[in-house]
Amino acid sequence: MFKFLVQRLATIIPTLFFVSILIFGLQQLLPGDPATALAGEDHDPNVIAYLRAKFHLDEPVYMRYFYWARGVLHGDLGESVRIQKPVTDLILEKLPVTVQLASMAIVIAIVFGVSAGILSAVKKDTAWDYAANVFALWGLSTPNFWLGILLIMLFAVKLGWLPASGYVSPFEDLKGNLAAMIMPAFVLGNSFAAVLMRHTRSAMLQVLSADYVRTARAKGLEERVVVLKHALRNALVPVITLGALGFGELLGGTVLTETVFSIPGFGKLIVDAVFNRDYSVVQGVVLFTATVYITLNLLADLAYFLVNPRMRG
Amino acid sequence: MAAVLTATDALPRELTPAQRALRRLARRRGAMVGLGCVVFFVLLALFAPWVAPHDPLATSWSAVRQAPSAHYLFGTDEIGRDVLSRVIWGTRASLLAGLVSVCISLALGVPVGLAAGYLGGWVDALISRITDAMLACPFLILAIALAAFLGPSLTNAMIAIGISATPIFVRLTRAQVLAVKVEDYVEAARAVGNSHLRIALRHILPNVVAPLIVQATLAIAAAVIAEASLSFLGLGQQPPAPSWGSMLNTAKNYIDNAPWMSVWPGLSIFLLVLSFNLLGDGLRDAFDPRHK
Amino acid sequence: MNSATRWLAVASLVASAAGASAQTLRVGLAEDPDVLDPTLARTFVGRIVFNSLCDKLFDLDEKLNIVPQLATSYAWSGDHKALTLKLRQGVTFHDGEKFDAAAVKFNLERHKNMQGSNRRGELAPVTSVDVVDAQTVRLNLAAPFAPLLAVLTDRAGMMVSPKAAQAAGAHFGAKPVCSGPFRFVERVAQDRIVLERYPNYWNKGAIHFDRVVYQPIVDASVRLANLRSGQLDFIERMAASDVPGLKGDNRFKISRIVEIGYQGITINIGKSDQAQKNPLGRDPRVREAFELSLDRAAIVQVAMDGEAEVGNQWVAPNNPWYAKNVPIPKRDVAKAKALLAAAGVPNPSFTLMTPTTSDAQKIAQVVQAMAKETGFEVKVQATEFSTSLDLADKGQYDAYVLAWSGRADPDGNLFSFHACKQPLNYAGYCKPEVDELINRSRAATDPAARLKLFEQIEAHVAQDRPIVYLFHRHWLWAYNSKLSGLRTVPDGLVRVQDLKFN
Repeated sequence: MFKFLVQRLATIIPTLFFVSILIFGLQQLLPGDPATALAGEDHDPNVIAYLRAKFHLDEPVYMRYFYWARGVLHGDLGESVRIQKPVTDLILEKLPVTVQLASMAIVIAIVFGVSAGILSAVKKDTAWDYAANVFALWGLSTPNFWLGILLIMLFAVKLGWLPASGYVSPFEDLKGNLAAMIMPAFVLGNSFAAVLMRHTRSAMLQVLSADYVRTARAKGLEERVVVLKHALRNALVPVITLGALGFGELLGGTVLTETVFSIPGFGKLIVDAVFNRDYSVVQGVVLFTATVYITLNLLADLAYFLVNPRMRG
Repeated sequence: MAAVLTATDALPRELTPAQRALRRLARRRGAMVGLGCVVFFVLLALFAPWVAPHDPLATSWSAVRQAPSAHYLFGTDEIGRDVLSRVIWGTRASLLAGLVSVCISLALGVPVGLAAGYLGGWVDALISRITDAMLACPFLILAIALAAFLGPSLTNAMIAIGISATPIFVRLTRAQVLAVKVEDYVEAARAVGNSHLRIALRHILPNVVAPLIVQATLAIAAAVIAEASLSFLGLGQQPPAPSWGSMLNTAKNYIDNAPWMSVWPGLSIFLLVLSFNLLGDGLRDAFDPRHK
Repeated sequence: MNSATRWLAVASLVASAAGASAQTLRVGLAEDPDVLDPTLARTFVGRIVFNSLCDKLFDLDEKLNIVPQLATSYAWSGDHKALTLKLRQGVTFHDGEKFDAAAVKFNLERHKNMQGSNRRGELAPVTSVDVVDAQTVRLNLAAPFAPLLAVLTDRAGMMVSPKAAQAAGAHFGAKPVCSGPFRFVERVAQDRIVLERYPNYWNKGAIHFDRVVYQPIVDASVRLANLRSGQLDFIERMAASDVPGLKGDNRFKISRIVEIGYQGITINIGKSDQAQKNPLGRDPRVREAFELSLDRAAIVQVAMDGEAEVGNQWVAPNNPWYAKNVPIPKRDVAKAKALLAAAGVPNPSFTLMTPTTSDAQKIAQVVQAMAKETGFEVKVQATEFSTSLDLADKGQYDAYVLAWSGRADPDGNLFSFHACKQPLNYAGYCKPEVDELINRSRAATDPAARLKLFEQIEAHVAQDRPIVYLFHRHWLWAYNSKLSGLRTVPDGLVRVQDLKFN
């Protein structure tokens, strides 16, 4: 157990190294001169020259990577050129928002997705199964921005029950916070519930037809016990993988949902930074979310390890 | 002559696993409905020029955002084009975006995941680190950067989406392989001295197919929607050519005053995703080796 | 009840009474502003926030007249090479520092010298600033410069606290200190900018709110939904297609102002070799045919739901600087076809680059459909905005759908676009006669003479067509009917002065 943990922890460093290379490389692929993008409407050549010098844009890529990596190792993620704020501050500002949104969404997704998946597997080829499928796929095939606007129109404009968009800190006003978060969390959770539902269903079906489940049934165990105790436990392996992946993805930010509901989270921060070519923000935030994501993956691996003892070999 | 006779004689009794699977598939109602819909969309895409009542690009200044009528069955869009014809033509882009990108993901992801899971050791370590790194970068950022680099076109968008979605297939395949390779029948196959390649392909791959099919059918939905995001950013289907995603993207600005603009492409995406998933279910059941 | 609790009760009553009168104005913006430092700032939307935060030497009124703000009067020297400003007395910055001539000198020099300053170009003709006395300052110019006063109504005329600016160095924008009606409280990137009333504001009688909160909400439908559900009091840039839906609702009002900017199609006529590679860039007759194939009124109707004024110049036809000698050409397909035939290219093809905003894409597609009727094969290429600017800058484009937010003085819409090698001259237009005329127009001190020069410049531009101007959008503002005192200044920037709830 301990050895496994140490081994996995040791993998974090090379992964982060690849992430840093990847994100740095991807930015180089983006067309357009960042200095031109940052110079804005006025497009003053002096400003462009200044920005080029400031960001070492005339130096080779590996030197720029070196400058950046050196900063990161000293705990300096740089500063947003666009709004003159240290990237670390931006991350700390957005972190609670993103964590809350992702957690609420994942809870919604698990509650609806996993239970609908079990139901539709156990009641396979019945009306229950079809209903659960249609519901899940509706969630999956509806783009978030579209569902988001529909919900705003209904609950904020027509019914007036919820605020249309925006974010309220839970420490200022918990009720207001929940009212503002419920729609975006539902939209996000809804599409992810579909993924979980489909995988739970598939895994459950596979497990339910496995020998040991048949044996359990043959032994005359109650169906409920068979499903929950024997089948679900093993069906959870792919579900945990996807759950961790999904949660990580949600933490990385969900651009379109955040944009529609004006939620100031990571996704919007990164994408806006990409379009404004605010590179320190892109690099810093992606590096941070990647670290969180990798940690979550580690926990998922740990969970496999506990769920499926045979993998300990 | 004799050889031919034996072959035909042998067939009904000794079907290949794939043939057996297809037979099982044909018996499933849901899967057949799904298949029917997919075939319908494929035909619609192929025969779009003959099926569409209007030119999907023809604009009419006097008929901007008109509600559905006898002349324009699905209404018109923001610059007076027939929504029905655009939905029909849009089938091409969206079907391609969904299918091609998922095929790219599968073609790259499954072998790599299989190698990582089966071989283990440093191969696994390297592949896993790179996969983790790719997964750790936001999907849309990855896709945007790749699409921007390759240049704006539908084909490049499909490649970008496909590559960006690959790591999840690697990860899923690998996790499944790890779970399966310690099963008794794999141990048994190894004990009788089967080659690694044979074990990987004959004994392990069939057992990892189920979650992959599910993921692939889900990924088609994600790809259709990702194409929408990319075309919104100017990196996918170029205007004025239609795709369902880009239609929906435009339509969101008019949800209040021209709802028909979003209903039809939205419904089409839903139907396509539903039918692929029904088909996927059938395939999953049919290919599940334990399900006999 | 003991005395302590009684006091608490009284205190809370007072607090709640104050709370009832404490009014917040909540404004929905279409984008997230960039850095809040007037020297470095570069976005249109940022200027909306600045108008509450930082006072300027001069301001604009609804008719685009220049009116006093921090400067109370001005006088030009006889040769128009020196501008003397009398400054308002009793003005303090948000940190309590006094506003005086030394502060003006500091600010203008900061604009001119700070690294990365976006104001340098606007103030280029100003060679030095003299402090005459505490309330008088003199700007010395290398040559007469007609647009100077107008420049001082915008960011170049904004005054920040010298003490705070020196202390903060390059990080001033994180916590700006100016002298406007509201002072900076906090900013959460992409979420909100909060300002509170500055109690010592020189014109505090005109201020009726305690707080202003600016919230960037990018999606126009969602911005409107927030107004309709009561989370916002005011939104800028509502979508034209939403106007009919809101008109019937008497809880809200809509204001429209013709912008001082324009929407047009920039054509690469000499920015790079690519200009010679397509008939549009190569042959003025093809460009004329292109313009003649466009029906501006129909473009406005279809792409903008009628919420724009057609135009053919860098200022709108209702602007006093509009050159009346060049009227808007009518659509003429027959003549366009004849021109194409004469040019030997009956079916010229070119790529029309467009940013991915929905307005620009609509315009591009409408233009494409219209030009097709005269034989043009237009290929629309939607390109993410930053990339499109870069391609335009490198001259890697044929034609480009590009908008300009506009400046109060026509020079701000003209000089950088049509003078040779200027930064915004994406067309690559370079004609010595035009340069000569533009330079004379900048130095012209008599408005009538200046207008004559504009007419001559327009005659060239209308013939060479580096930019085919299409229309001037309406700034569409929607707000709660309770709100009154709104001033509709054509620069599209909301003024908080006199704004109040009834």
